[in-house]
Amino acid sequence: MHYNDKFHTNIRFDFIKHQKKFFGASLALVVLGIVSLLVFGLNYGVDFKAGTNMDIEIGKAVTQEQAKELLGTLGYKDLAPTVGGASNQRLSVRFDEVLEQPKVTEILNALKKQYGDQVSAEVNVVSPDMARELGVKTIYAVIIASVAIMIYVAIRFEWRFALAANIAILYDAFVVVALFSIFRLEVDLPFIAAVLTTIGYSINDKIVIFDRIRENLRFSKTKNKEQLAEMVNASLWQTMARNVYTVLTVLIVAISLYLFGSESIKLFALAKIIGLTSGAYSSVCIASPLWLMLRGKQKPKQTAKTSAAS
Amino acid sequence: MKGSSRLVAFLGIIVIMAGVFAWTTPGLVNDIRLGLDLKGGFEVLYEASPMEGGEKVTPSSLKETRKSLEARIDKKGIAEPEITTEGSNRIRVKLAGVTDEDEVRDMLKKPVNLTFRSGANRDKIELNGTDFVQNGAAIQRDEFGNPIITIKLKDAKKFEEITKRLTGQELAIFLDDELLSAPKVNYTISGGTAQISGNYTTEEATKLKDTINLGALPLKLTEKYTQSVGAKLGQQSLHQTVEAGLIGSAIILVFLVILFRIPGVIAGITVVSYVWLLLLVFIMMNATLTLPGIAAFVLGVGMAVDANIIMYERIKEEIRSGKSLLSSLKAGSKNSLRTIMDANITNIIASVVLYVIGNGAIRGFALTMIFSILVSILTNIFFSRFLIHLLIRSNKFNKPSYYGVKEAEIRAL
Repeated sequence: MHYNDKFHTNIRFDFIKHQKKFFGASLALVVLGIVSLLVFGLNYGVDFKAGTNMDIEIGKAVTQEQAKELLGTLGYKDLAPTVGGASNQRLSVRFDEVLEQPKVTEILNALKKQYGDQVSAEVNVVSPDMARELGVKTIYAVIIASVAIMIYVAIRFEWRFALAANIAILYDAFVVVALFSIFRLEVDLPFIAAVLTTIGYSINDKIVIFDRIRENLRFSKTKNKEQLAEMVNASLWQTMARNVYTVLTVLIVAISLYLFGSESIKLFALAKIIGLTSGAYSSVCIASPLWLMLRGKQKPKQTAKTSAAS
Repeated sequence: MKGSSRLVAFLGIIVIMAGVFAWTTPGLVNDIRLGLDLKGGFEVLYEASPMEGGEKVTPSSLKETRKSLEARIDKKGIAEPEITTEGSNRIRVKLAGVTDEDEVRDMLKKPVNLTFRSGANRDKIELNGTDFVQNGAAIQRDEFGNPIITIKLKDAKKFEEITKRLTGQELAIFLDDELLSAPKVNYTISGGTAQISGNYTTEEATKLKDTINLGALPLKLTEKYTQSVGAKLGQQSLHQTVEAGLIGSAIILVFLVILFRIPGVIAGITVVSYVWLLLLVFIMMNATLTLPGIAAFVLGVGMAVDANIIMYERIKEEIRSGKSLLSSLKAGSKNSLRTIMDANITNIIASVVLYVIGNGAIRGFALTMIFSILVSILTNIFFSRFLIHLLIRSNKFNKPSYYGVKEAEIRAL
C-alpha cells in the first residue's frame, strides 16, 4: 500500500503486479469450464431439450423417495425428481418425453389424492422442433448482443480498450455458463436472460475504469511501463468505491431474489449473482491489466502524441 | 431564489410526491395486468397445418382459425382470452382463470372432423367441414316456431349433385365418429344453401349449428409449447418475489443513506419515484407483468441507483480536490453523465436482443428492463440532479460530512 501523490490516490493493492495470478486463475477456470462443457455439456431444461417439466408446490413436506415411488406407481421409472423450497414442499420433475395433457392431469390428481387439494403446479411442455428453434435463436441472440455491444465499445474507445473490455465481458458470460455446467444447474430461457444481461451490465465497470484511465493518460506525457502500470493502479483505486458500490446494489437485489424470491426465479438469480461477481472481478483483474499488456506491446515512441481522447 | 425558499421548495416537492405516491400506488398496483405465471392459467402455442395436406396455410385461413378459437373460448365464458397469430402458421392462446383446463384444451385442439355421410352403413363421406362456409350455419324458426338450421356450402354445384343423387335418402351428420343427426334429403337443393329441420329442441339445434361452424374450421392444430400454471402457485410466486424485491430495495436504501448521507437520502427518494413511475408506465402501456418481469423490476432498482452512485462518487472526488460544493456538483454531474449513459445504452442493446428472441415471460423481462432503464434516466439522473441542486443551493447543508467526505481528505486547490 502506498500513496501516489501525482494521482492523489491511496493504492492499497498493486493489481498490475499480481496480474499473472489473476490471469492464471481465470485461465484455469476457463479450461475447467471447457472441459466440463465437452465432457458433461449443459443440463438443458425443457426450453432447449424437448420434454415436460413439472414444478409442483405440494404444500406439505415431501421427500425424493416418496415422489419417486408415487411416479413409479404411475409407470414413470428412472426419473430424478428434486425437492426444494424452504421446507421441502417444492417438487420438480423433468420428463424427457412430451406428455399429453391427460397424463399430466393424472400425475397431478395422484399428487392431490396423496397430499391434498392445495397441490398447485407449473407445467411446461416443449416439442422437439420448438426446442431446436429456441436453441438456434438463443445462439444468434448471444452473438448479436455481444457483437452489438462490442461495436458500441469500439466506437466509444480506441481498439485496445474495446478489445480488452470485450474479452473480459465474454469471459464473464462464459464463467456463468461454465459454472452452470460444472454444477449441473439447469439451463432454461431465464438463464439466457441472465447471461445476456450480464454481458450488458458487466461492461459498465469497465467503461468507468477505462474512462478514468483515459482521463489520467492526459496528465502523464512520458509513458514508460512502470509509469503506465502506476497510472492504471491509480485509476483502479480512484474508481474502486463506485465500482464496488454499483455492483453491490445490484448484487443485493439479486441475492434477495435468490433467498426470498419464488422457486422458479432462483436459478436466474444465481446466474445473475455469478455474472455480477465475475463482472466486478474481471473489470479490475482482467480488463485493465489486459489493456496495459496491449498498450505495452506498442513500441515506445519518444514523441508520443497525447491521447486522442476527447 | 433565496436559500431558505429553495429548502421550502425541496420539502414541498417531497411532501407532495409522498402524498401522490401514497394515494395512487394502491390503485396502480391493483390495475397492473399480471401474466399467466403470476395469476395462473395456461398458454399454448399451436402450429396449424392443413387438414388434408396440399393446401397451404394462408394468412386468411390462419386468421379464421384464430377467430373460431375465439368463438369457442367465448362460448365457454372465459374472460379476457388473448389469442394472437404468430408468423405464418402459429397461433398463441393465453387463458387465465380456467378451472377445467383439460376440457378447454381438448376443445381447442380437437381436430374437429365434421362429415356428412351416406350409404346404408353411413360410411360414404359426401361432405366434410371444409365444404361449408365458415360461420355459415345459423338458426332460424319455421312458421310453427320450431328451430331449423340453415347451412351454406362453398360449392353449390357439388351440393346440388349430392342432393339430387340422395333424394329420399339420409345424409347423416357425424362429428368424428359420433352421429349427431340424420336428416333426410327431401329434394334437390341448388344455390348452395339448405335447411335442416327435424324435431330439434332449441338446445339441440344450437349445438348442431355450433358443431357445423366448428367443423368449418379448416386447420389442424398441434400443441408445440404449453405452459400451465396453477393459480395458487402463481400467487405464491407473486408474493414471494415482490417480497424479495421489497427486502432488497429496503437494504439498498439503508446502504445509500449510510454511504452518501444527504445525497443518499435523495437517491432513496429517486428510487421510490422510479418504482412509482415504472408502475405508471406499465399501466399506460397496458404491459403485462410476468415473474421474470418482476425480477427485471427488482434488478432495475439496483441498476437505477448506479446512476446516483457514479454521480455521487464523482462529486465526492471533486469536493476532495478542494472545489466548492456547487462547482463539485456541476463538475460531478457533467463528468459522470457520459459514463452513466454508456451503461444504459449497453443494457438497452442486450434487452432489445432479448426481446426479439424471447417468448412470453422473457419478453416481459426484456420489456421491463427497457422501461426500467428509460424511467431511471428520468428519475435517477435528471430528477436526482434537480433535487440535489435545490439542497446544495439552499446553503443549509454545506458541511462536507453531509456528503460523506471527511474534512481531512480535502486538498487545497
